Amino acid sequence: MPEPAQSPDTGQVVTPTRVVAAVCLIAPFVAMLWVSSYAKVEPTLIGIPFFYWYQMLWVLISTALTLLAYRLVLREQRARKGGAAK
Amino acid sequence: MTAALPSTGSDQLAAAAAKGVNGVALAVFVFFFVAVTVMGFLAARWRKAEQSANLDEWGLGGRSFGTWVTWFLLGGDLYTAYTFVAVPAAIYAAGAAGFFAVPYTILVYPLIFTFLPRLWSVSHRHGYVTTSDFVRGRFGSKGLSLAVALTGILATMPYIALQLVGIQAVLDVLGVGGGEHTGWFVKDLPLLIAFAVLAAYTYSSGLRAPALIAFVKDGLIYLVIAVAIIYIPIKLGGFGAIFDAAGKAFAEPGPTGKPRGELVSGAGSQWAYATLALGSALALFMYPHSITATLSSRSREVIRRNTTILPLYSLMLGFLALLGFMAIKAGTDIQGNPQLAIPQLFADMFPSWFAGVAFAAIGIGALVPAAIMSIAAANLFTRNVYKDFLKPDATAAQEHKVAKLVSLLVKVGALIFVLTMDKTVAINFQLLGGIWILQTMPALVGGLFTRWFHRWALLAGWAAGMLYGTLAAYGVASPTQAHFGGSSKEIPGIGQIGYIGLTAFALNVLVTVVLTVVLRAVKAPDGVDETSPADYTADVGDKGTTPDLPPATVSSPAGH
Repeated sequence: MPEPAQSPDTGQVVTPTRVVAAVCLIAPFVAMLWVSSYAKVEPTLIGIPFFYWYQMLWVLISTALTLLAYRLVLREQRARKGGAAK
Repeated sequence: MTAALPSTGSDQLAAAAAKGVNGVALAVFVFFFVAVTVMGFLAARWRKAEQSANLDEWGLGGRSFGTWVTWFLLGGDLYTAYTFVAVPAAIYAAGAAGFFAVPYTILVYPLIFTFLPRLWSVSHRHGYVTTSDFVRGRFGSKGLSLAVALTGILATMPYIALQLVGIQAVLDVLGVGGGEHTGWFVKDLPLLIAFAVLAAYTYSSGLRAPALIAFVKDGLIYLVIAVAIIYIPIKLGGFGAIFDAAGKAFAEPGPTGKPRGELVSGAGSQWAYATLALGSALALFMYPHSITATLSSRSREVIRRNTTILPLYSLMLGFLALLGFMAIKAGTDIQGNPQLAIPQLFADMFPSWFAGVAFAAIGIGALVPAAIMSIAAANLFTRNVYKDFLKPDATAAQEHKVAKLVSLLVKVGALIFVLTMDKTVAINFQLLGGIWILQTMPALVGGLFTRWFHRWALLAGWAAGMLYGTLAAYGVASPTQAHFGGSSKEIPGIGQIGYIGLTAFALNVLVTVVLTVVLRAVKAPDGVDETSPADYTADVGDKGTTPDLPPATVSSPAGH
């Protein structure tokens, strides 16, 4: 569902940075919608079935991925703005 | 209310909670309630602008909120009292299926990362207060804008009503919800007081009130969940014992003769799980209250940064959901109503004073979203019904006044809804609301990225999605209800059970695309697009964007 976040006024639309950012944003969708990959009880973690702790672990993973995407987009944006100013 | 006499002593707690009033818990609850009420009224002075009688000030807090205020506001807004009550209740009743709320909130943030900054930018540049403002500006169609606005208002009303249901659950467990023998007035008096207070400070302070109260609400919630997730499992013998008990309970036959629930989603329920998570994630930021909280932020970066810190709430939600299993293990007496599971669990497990803190967290958790929702609905009505159709030459001051009045009306409506109708009606409508609001997505998110869709095609797609979604939901029966028994149904053509909202959304997109091709081919008149590509990436400080927006709103092109 997510598309690359930006459609720039100038320059390339598809840059390597954006591809990486897009992958970061799409990964949680693949992981979470593929329910059969985690619909099991074992292995349990401190007594909590895999089904539950795995999804909660993905809260952290997807946060890290979104943060990465944010940093990447921000860096590219600054680079472009800096370039345009000169 | 003779039952309101204090009865102290935590040894009598369980009995008191079920029958009479828990004095200590009630006192703590009332203390926090009074504290946030004072805050709500004082909020009007917080970061007050010089010229305050306009919708940007009242309805968007002057568009001045930074990263942390926005974080608290959005968190306070999205994770409502009803969430706290309903998610563990769903887990308690059916197990794994209720946990879809976690993947749902995981998916929300990467999703909004892609489109919310664009909405913020274009709204900031053109002074849009609502999503319908944007749709009208983008597609030059007041009809489409009206459809989006009415959908938003319709979907929000039952949501506000459900916040009352959340408060009611707490009041019931506190023992002040009234029994079967008390009159309706005495029974509902605490609820009436809570809502009168809410209505008064929303009226006077606008969005600043829930923004300030959200700090208290979220602080209490995090505290309560952190304590609960450590303290209760220790008391119950660890997570292993809790899930063992839950597994056994779910294996027993439910009302239909099949097992009551599942510990892990089985093959037959995985489509429903995934589509519910995805459909709900898509729908969440179509809700007017989510957008109101978003547009109140100071800059585009505030929103982006928030998508990376908001998931903290998802973690909290996951822990909260696990409390549903603990209620099973603890043998919590729910008196036939799963929604009492969590409040009752707190009452049974915690000392009175901390149970009071927990109840205050849920109660205040209802006030924040209810306030924002009523403001959002008021903004929609004022901008997209009143100004577009009733009084095109309305001044900023008139808009401000109408919005304040409508926010009152919306709340009174929700109150009447809850007091006169059965709770299940509110829940049914909330379920429908989720399906409905998702149908505004092609116009809004589609519009943020492309102008290709034709306005009439979007309107037709919206109508098709609304119609299909409503009829399909009507046809779902459950053991207790003949209609609106759930939100999942067989997906035509796939044969799996899936979320109706998502199926309706797919139909909506299909109709929109096909009709756009047709309408473009016959060269049907296209509306005027008042936005330009640069508007979608603008940030504070860029040329053409003023940091202080209010003057722009007054002259916004709403009347055209």
